[in-house]
Amino acid sequence: MSFPRKTLFLAAAAMLAGGALAADIKIGVAEALSGGAAQYGVAIRNGFQVAADEINAKGGVNGNKIQLVIEDEQGKKEEAINVFKKLIFQDKVLMIFGPTLSNSMFAAGPVANGAKIVAFGTSNTAGGITDIGPYIFRNSVMESDVLPVTVATAVKHYGIKKVAVIYGNDDAFTKSGYDVFKKVLADQKLAVTSTETYVKGDVDFKAQLTKIKAGEPDAVVCSCLAEEAANIMLQSRSLGIKAPFIGGNGFNSPKLFEISRLAGEGTFVGSPWSNVNPAPVNVNFVNAYKQKYNADPNQFAAQAYDALHIAAMALKSVKLSGNLEAARQALRDALPKVSISGATGPFKFRPAVTKDGKPGGFDADQTPFIYIVQGGKFTLYTGKK
Amino acid sequence: MLSQQLLNALTLGSVYALFALGFTLVFGVLAVINLSHGAVFMVGSYAALFLVTRFEMPLWLALLAAMAVSGMLGLLIDVLILKPLRARNAPHLIPMIATIGVAITLSSSAQGIFGAEILRFPEGTIPAGEFIIGDVHVRAIEIGIVGIAFTLMAVLFLAIRRTQLGRALRAIAESPKAASLLGINVEGLFHGTSFVAAALGGAAGVLIGLDFNAITPLMGQPILHKGIAVIILGGMGDIRGALIAGMFLGFAEVMSKAYLSSQLGDAVAFGLLFLILLVRPSGMFGRVLERKA
Repeated sequence: MSFPRKTLFLAAAAMLAGGALAADIKIGVAEALSGGAAQYGVAIRNGFQVAADEINAKGGVNGNKIQLVIEDEQGKKEEAINVFKKLIFQDKVLMIFGPTLSNSMFAAGPVANGAKIVAFGTSNTAGGITDIGPYIFRNSVMESDVLPVTVATAVKHYGIKKVAVIYGNDDAFTKSGYDVFKKVLADQKLAVTSTETYVKGDVDFKAQLTKIKAGEPDAVVCSCLAEEAANIMLQSRSLGIKAPFIGGNGFNSPKLFEISRLAGEGTFVGSPWSNVNPAPVNVNFVNAYKQKYNADPNQFAAQAYDALHIAAMALKSVKLSGNLEAARQALRDALPKVSISGATGPFKFRPAVTKDGKPGGFDADQTPFIYIVQGGKFTLYTGKK
Repeated sequence: MLSQQLLNALTLGSVYALFALGFTLVFGVLAVINLSHGAVFMVGSYAALFLVTRFEMPLWLALLAAMAVSGMLGLLIDVLILKPLRARNAPHLIPMIATIGVAITLSSSAQGIFGAEILRFPEGTIPAGEFIIGDVHVRAIEIGIVGIAFTLMAVLFLAIRRTQLGRALRAIAESPKAASLLGINVEGLFHGTSFVAAALGGAAGVLIGLDFNAITPLMGQPILHKGIAVIILGGMGDIRGALIAGMFLGFAEVMSKAYLSSQLGDAVAFGLLFLILLVRPSGMFGRVLERKA
């Protein structure tokens, strides 16, 4: 009986001591925890939680524990502004992570920028986010960062000179992916033999693919969702097209190979994060996440996890005096210098190039992971063998 | 490329024709535009999938069983929904609207039971044979679709033209009341027709599920729209018309994708449909207002 009591006493003493000697660092987390964007927001919150647990278990930052103040911004612009105001003026947090959607960042970012406090997006991929001002940061990598690397790697691997393109033209995601691909293909001076489209719900791609086959492309560029892409691969092979595929972010799903089986061999895909990245920090993250949430982490959780580690790294050099404004500014000035090797690989910031030349925030400067499909699985591409 | 596209068009046209066959049969005999035909088609697909995956049934048996399941479903729809409406002399629009309700119920149930994701037949179910003639790739399943579509159509056509049963059906198509006065079991034939039409729809569902490798609760929707176009174009209730109009739609769609732009497939197909109806409002083979509302 006496042993647990003793432990309890020790724990209480430790807590008292902690409370007396060190202050908690309050960090705001404004993510969409309900509504349509919750599928991302919840994963993001979980990623922060895993990182916070890890940092606090190791004694926090310079002895100070990190305390996350988590608010639901519901994926709505108005709500994001309200939550930002509450976090800044009422909870008096040191910085804010979020919001989940780019649209919400466009609305709430200026509030933080005006109050001179860092707003750090981990999932905002729209162009112009960091134009808002010098207090806006993000570590989310955009399709326009990933696709040029994917295409260039595939071109080098196969010696590609001309490609055919197929995409879904009535879906915002596949259409915007196509727009990026189009620019990348032009930039890398690749000839396009034909550009084909389909609409959501189509299952018969044979007419388009027969046309693609006639152009004899070296590769097929495909901005499609995984299930469509899988059927396109299967039907290509049955029509005798042997060219490999190059895919966008829509390919990043295990569904692709459940359906296409071996039809997608040799496909190139890029992603900001890889669940099979063998770096110890990523393995630790994946295991800790699985243990806490009994689910596999995704890219959004990994980016949030890295974001808190980036902030913690910056906080090490920040003196936490009683002056909140000074501390917020010191954190803002320390962040751009951080470079870490996280779950999403080596990371550093690069100053945003704003349209009007005014000082902007900071974007991610990070190389995506490139996969090649081998044996019906994503395999990290490590160069031509 | 042309020969491959012609083959693509022949397959797609057969699919449309096969689907439209049951659709037009119900209209010809029962005078009902049965908008649940797309959902019955979907049920056929799921039934075969279930039998193949759960009971490891061989494909030909699963196809027959799926036809029986969807046939029974068609019979149930007739007995439970269309018959009471006939008995009350409901105006023409009412059974059509009722079948929309049936379609929604069926696809929502399928979603509840099987989930909204795209399912497919396990590897190895689909005959893997492939023939390469010059530049043209033909898969066994495509030959199967074209063959089965033409066989079923020929059988149905001959049955209606040459047999006593067909004569009775044609009599009902002219006037159910007169047919019943002549001693024809009109209700019985209505049930039989519903069964056969739904079984044909189910067969189409299985074949398309196999060919395109995608079974979803809403797979009947797009093909229902094409099916409506086919039976209007072919002349409502005309079996030959369903075949020719189905082929026509398949060719128009594939050729416009091949030689114009892939964005224009449906636009060209439905644009041509509109033009033909301007010239021949009763469709290719229809007699003007054969059935009166």
